[in-house]
Amino acid sequence: MRPGGDTLALAGLGLGVALVPLGVTSQYHLSIGVFIGIHAIVTIGLCLVMGYAGQISLGHAAFYGLGAYASGLLTTKLGANPWAAMAGAMALTAGVAYALGRPILRLRGHYLAMATLAFGIIAYLAFVEFKELTGGPSGLAGIPRLRVGGFVFDTDRKFFYLTWGGVIAVVALSLNIVNSRVGRALRAIHGSEVAAETLGVDTAAYKLRVFTLSAVYAALAGSLYAHYLSFVSPPTFGFIASVEFVVMAAVGGLASVWGAPFGAATVTLLTEVIRDVMPRLLAYASGEHEVIAYGLLLILIMIFVPEGLTVGGLRALRRLGRAGRRVPAAP
Amino acid sequence: MVGPEQLLQLVLVGLTQGAIYALIALGFVTIYNVTGVINFAQGEFAMLGAMLMVSLAPLGLPTPAAFFLAVAGVVVVGGGVERLAIHPARRASVVTLIIITIGADIVLRGLALLAWGTDPLPLAPFSAGPPLTFGGAFITRQALWILGTTAVTLAALYAFFEYTYPGKIVRACAINRLAARLSGISPERMSLLAFCLAAALGGVGGVVIAPLTLVSYDMGLYLGLRGFVAAVMGGLVSAPGAVAGALLLGILEALVAGIWKAAYKEAAAFLVLFVILLLRPQGLFTRAVARQAGL
Amino acid sequence: MDIRKLVPVALLLGILALGVRTAWAQEFRIGFVAAITGPASSLGGPERDVAVMLQKELDAAGGLPGPDGRKRTVKIIIHDDQSKADETVKAVKKLIADDKVHAVIASSQSPTSLAVIPIVTEARVPLISMASSHAIVTPVKDRYWVFKTPQSNIHVAVHQVGYLKAKGVKKIASLYVNDAFGEDSRRGLAEMLKGTGIEAVYEDKFEHADKDMTPQLTRVRASGAEVLIVHAIPPSASIITKNFRDLGLQIPLIHNHGVGNKPFIDLAGGAAEGVIFPIGKMLVAEELPAADPQKKALLDFIAWYEKGTGKPRSTFAGHGWDALQMLFPILASLPPDLPLEQARVRIRDGLEQTRNFVGTGGIFTMSAEDHVGLDERSMVLVRIEGGKWKYFPREKW
Repeated sequence: MRPGGDTLALAGLGLGVALVPLGVTSQYHLSIGVFIGIHAIVTIGLCLVMGYAGQISLGHAAFYGLGAYASGLLTTKLGANPWAAMAGAMALTAGVAYALGRPILRLRGHYLAMATLAFGIIAYLAFVEFKELTGGPSGLAGIPRLRVGGFVFDTDRKFFYLTWGGVIAVVALSLNIVNSRVGRALRAIHGSEVAAETLGVDTAAYKLRVFTLSAVYAALAGSLYAHYLSFVSPPTFGFIASVEFVVMAAVGGLASVWGAPFGAATVTLLTEVIRDVMPRLLAYASGEHEVIAYGLLLILIMIFVPEGLTVGGLRALRRLGRAGRRVPAAP
Repeated sequence: MVGPEQLLQLVLVGLTQGAIYALIALGFVTIYNVTGVINFAQGEFAMLGAMLMVSLAPLGLPTPAAFFLAVAGVVVVGGGVERLAIHPARRASVVTLIIITIGADIVLRGLALLAWGTDPLPLAPFSAGPPLTFGGAFITRQALWILGTTAVTLAALYAFFEYTYPGKIVRACAINRLAARLSGISPERMSLLAFCLAAALGGVGGVVIAPLTLVSYDMGLYLGLRGFVAAVMGGLVSAPGAVAGALLLGILEALVAGIWKAAYKEAAAFLVLFVILLLRPQGLFTRAVARQAGL
Repeated sequence: MDIRKLVPVALLLGILALGVRTAWAQEFRIGFVAAITGPASSLGGPERDVAVMLQKELDAAGGLPGPDGRKRTVKIIIHDDQSKADETVKAVKKLIADDKVHAVIASSQSPTSLAVIPIVTEARVPLISMASSHAIVTPVKDRYWVFKTPQSNIHVAVHQVGYLKAKGVKKIASLYVNDAFGEDSRRGLAEMLKGTGIEAVYEDKFEHADKDMTPQLTRVRASGAEVLIVHAIPPSASIITKNFRDLGLQIPLIHNHGVGNKPFIDLAGGAAEGVIFPIGKMLVAEELPAADPQKKALLDFIAWYEKGTGKPRSTFAGHGWDALQMLFPILASLPPDLPLEQARVRIRDGLEQTRNFVGTGGIFTMSAEDHVGLDERSMVLVRIEGGKWKYFPREKW
């Protein structure tokens, strides 16, 4: 991945982000764009953890939720400024991720997956049970909007810009990491932890740092979510949400920073489009078809394109290109 | 506080739940031992068993016939999952395989939703009649069926592993997959067998618990997660460990709910899992085993 | 350069391509959000049925006839929130911003209704909820735009406590489902018990998705309570009832109005026998005294609903009916070409001025201090006998 190519792509993304809300007038579609952006931020972090560091996390929605609830609580209960609350939420989540990561990142493969699964569910249960703090199953409402002076981020269009500004920043930061010495160390760890250790790479420290960073990303996304909907409730941050994020990362390509927003977009759009389109085709709303299509897509991708759709799509394009240019063998 | 009768009642309830967890946990262990895969769709096998039983009920078949048909149906599904989803990806990485089973779980749940709808469905108990008393505690007849069926299934499983050729092959895979392969055992056939076996175990669990709760398309997740925790308590490789773990888990949940606060019952299972992973990932009952060859 | 870098850009352009604006030709648009799927589908399904049937009648009649003879076309835009608050929020936002509805009816459950209150307040759109928590309409100064049609949990508690007092009960146990509905119902009961000398010796909760409540029920037995009161909706309400009988508990079992539908009985089977609960009069309409002002309206609704859907009567369908039928006359009376913001304000005012509206839930009289418009007279006690609902008046206690 050449840094020059990345900069160009970032600029392209920035342009696209600037143009989209000018053309799209439907609030509903803009709000889908906002959700894609928020999910993309979480997914990028997950790609770093799963793709580059080779660890698996089945509880990432917990960090997403921590960010959302922390932001919500700091603003509603303590009257903090929303930006400060966002920063606070990210810091708090970083602390939790660090404390959690130290013991569990020692585990490998399936065991790590289970530990993250358990943590995710425990966090969800905490959101539900600590009612005085979180509002319990009814959730936390009335979370204030983000604002800069008199300018309030209250419309979908404004929030779209804000969120995707965040996505661009996160992508840029992640690319920086991936292309640096840290990134190479991570890839070494992914290849073989034992080998990396013998080469002098402090695998434990690197894994912990990536894990923590990905949690911070998730917290940022959670905070944005809270200030966007003004309302948070536990089901958004449960086990199923964690699974969905893993699906987004896998679809986009686990080891691809650019793939992550693509995966997030594909999965989110798929859900929304099917939900929008299905009732027009069939008499009754069919959450069932959406669910099945979702699962089938996942299986097919993992079987045929396990490295994700971006890389797989690229391979397919290259193969088409080669096919056109094939020179017949000399007799 | 809580008297001896209440304690006995809670233990009985816990054992009943634990028996179901045990069947599901064995499914996890079987598949993991043979293929190295954690089958996220395991809970759905139980759900399908229950659903099929409910659908067969109006046909008026005698219970054993319906039981057999329902479990057979789940076995077919299990085999289908293996052939269509696992087999094509057999050379993929662990992460990929986990995600595939997650996909299978989603598809099975969606198909169930399509076939049976969102409403929970009731099923009549296998034998009618009031609950029986036992030392001051009540035990429903269905609970006795659950305990009995589980015991019989475990015995049958033991016999299968000890005395039949396919059973011994499965055990060989569990002990050392690479060596089994070198001895000429086909990993593909074993994978299929493992899935069918796990499906049967899950299906049995689902069929017997159906009358006690209400059957709905989303009951698989709950059971699957708990069976999973129980399997981990057995180190994922030990069948007796998984069964012991499952029974302990069931009793622990009942005690936490009954003595402390019902709300903490959910957390109990996962806290246990967490603690075990941190302190003793090889499980409670196994000695530290060397990692499987062929990593 | 890597093509894949352009993919996210291409994606955004794709979203741009999707940005189609939908225009509605109808004069009046009502948003209708219910839990059609998900755990509360036994509530939302019937509500949706009512909305669909009323829309058909409106279309056939060409619209709502107004006092000036002109017909006003009405479109009821139905959404499924899957029993999830996030979805309710998204649906209501879409209805307000994109569909530009005049009023919103949402949703079937208490937590999902509470979630959208800040949104409608900010957007100044009238909201009618079909859920029962009293917190939806109180404190009334923060609920200027919010109304609801079901009886509140407080009214239910009045009936429950009345029965307890008449029976001389001193100790009860209270089990509730762990969400806003269960919480509110439990709190309502606790409020009503104050000063009565009746004590709740054991209280605990359970999850909506729980499959087994025997641990809690074991403690109920150990507590020496004389009556168990349950605050839940099916399926958990049915499971706990089954567990109750399986444990051989003989004390009276009282539910709240979350079980006013057939699924409760179907799912609990024989265990539902003898269950007592306060509910709107619909379930026992035939047994009401002839002088009851609601009797005719209820019988008409039951016939209409059962004929139109082939399903048995449901108080939840009634809540949806009440909400729409309260809106229709207000819409019909609005002058033509009223700007949207003003129309919304007029609709809100119209709702607040509702007087003696004979609905299925009761006879509604709203006011600036009361956005429910009902009291405990809208409910009666019902007992399940032989799998059916039987009117349970004081004489039979």
